[in-house]
Amino acid sequence: MAINRDSNVYTVVFATVMVVIVGGFLAFISMSLKPQQKANITNEKMQNILQAIGIDETNGIARDDAGKVFNDYVKRRITINYKGEILSDKSADEAIDPQDKLDAFNIDLRKEYSMYVKPIMSQYKGDDAKIDAEMAASPNIHFPVFVCENNGKKYYVVSASGKGLWDDIWGYIGLSEDAITVSGSVFDHKGETPGLGSKIAEEWFQVQFKGKTIEEGGAYAPIKVLKPGNELNSHQVDGISGATFTGVGVDEMLTRNLAVYYNFFSTNKGL
Amino acid sequence: MSEEVKKSEPLFSKKNKKLITDPLNKINPVTIQVLGICSALAVTVQMDNAIVMSIAVTFVLFFGNMLISMMRNLIPGRIRIIVQLVVVASLVIVVDQVLKAFVYDVSKQLSVFVGLIITNCIIMGRLEAFALGNKPWPSILDGIGNGLGYGLVLVIVAFFKELLGSGTLTFPGIGKLTIIPEAMYTAGYMDNGLFLLPPSSLIIVAIYIWVQKFRNPELIEA
Repeated sequence: MAINRDSNVYTVVFATVMVVIVGGFLAFISMSLKPQQKANITNEKMQNILQAIGIDETNGIARDDAGKVFNDYVKRRITINYKGEILSDKSADEAIDPQDKLDAFNIDLRKEYSMYVKPIMSQYKGDDAKIDAEMAASPNIHFPVFVCENNGKKYYVVSASGKGLWDDIWGYIGLSEDAITVSGSVFDHKGETPGLGSKIAEEWFQVQFKGKTIEEGGAYAPIKVLKPGNELNSHQVDGISGATFTGVGVDEMLTRNLAVYYNFFSTNKGL
Repeated sequence: MSEEVKKSEPLFSKKNKKLITDPLNKINPVTIQVLGICSALAVTVQMDNAIVMSIAVTFVLFFGNMLISMMRNLIPGRIRIIVQLVVVASLVIVVDQVLKAFVYDVSKQLSVFVGLIITNCIIMGRLEAFALGNKPWPSILDGIGNGLGYGLVLVIVAFFKELLGSGTLTFPGIGKLTIIPEAMYTAGYMDNGLFLLPPSSLIIVAIYIWVQKFRNPELIEA
């Protein structure tokens, strides 16, 4: 019996069967690969945090190893709000529960930046006092602090998120025991220009931050990204030629986020 | 295996071999048919991206051609393009998911371009022009041939772009190799930033076509 391939019934039946088969197959693939994909994302975040401490032990650590040794270095995971109030405080013994949205490790800064921080900043542009008040009032803006230990010394890894020229940029900054001196940093981006803005993810740019301080004469001093070739003081780093706006983005992101952390650490010394 | 096929024609008959070799040169999908140019411009900043992208496209072409060819007598004519799209889209999703699970770094760098394999003209072109009218085995060979032809151009473009743009060559599994010695930089050599941007691919592809046509005069259109 020959099938009429041009009949409406055949066409509809063919389409239905095909969609069901393909849908089931793709659902199966997605389900079976999901654990591995999630592990990659978690391990990458751990790798970034460990690298940002800026110690030789974790420098250049492989992504898969990061998950294994994370708790050897990161002793406490603290979440604070804009006002510096502690919302969550977990020790390394408490496993990271993916359901616990307040666990510092689960804070999605990129999402919070685009959903809550950016709207406030663009709505009240120029009115710093109003921005300040709105940020403090928002229950959705969090700041993670990772308290790390190595050879008896404490380090604090803090996090920042902002916007580069094209898309999101973010980073982890390690602070030494005094919570003022930068011990290391890691930056990454979603879509900065390859070979120009994308260089913020390269080591030579990141090592510049090591040793810089965020305090001058007892007050907050933001780290500035300058045009390359200037004399640099202890709060300034060289930007990237041809990537001025990515540099401006890094500058803005660090200034805004480190201010919160500076205030927090000045009232919580020796955490 | 070979005995069964002997009745019709050997697996690698002259005709079948040409299905693989022709797309590498005389009917190269990128340089001669000018298909799939978009990704050739965009994912050629580093060698490893280009290599993984070529493998991904070859995979999609291989299975896409095979599946469509196997279904060619069942597909209703009026929705054949949609059927092709569904097959290609599912294969691309599989590739994307596998990359995310096993080569996460590369998948991050390729980002949207993996998804854009769906719109790569080579794939729909081969499905429509070849797989719909041929048996599975020649279709598979055609898929491999066109995938390799695409990959060949991508890898050659990436080689020059990465070498001249960053002074390095990156291979999957091996990592970044510095090719230009430090002494050259101290002597005043600088990487050419233009080669990191998409326009430089056009220049390299154009030189490629020039060399190719010089060596194959029959390709020159009157």
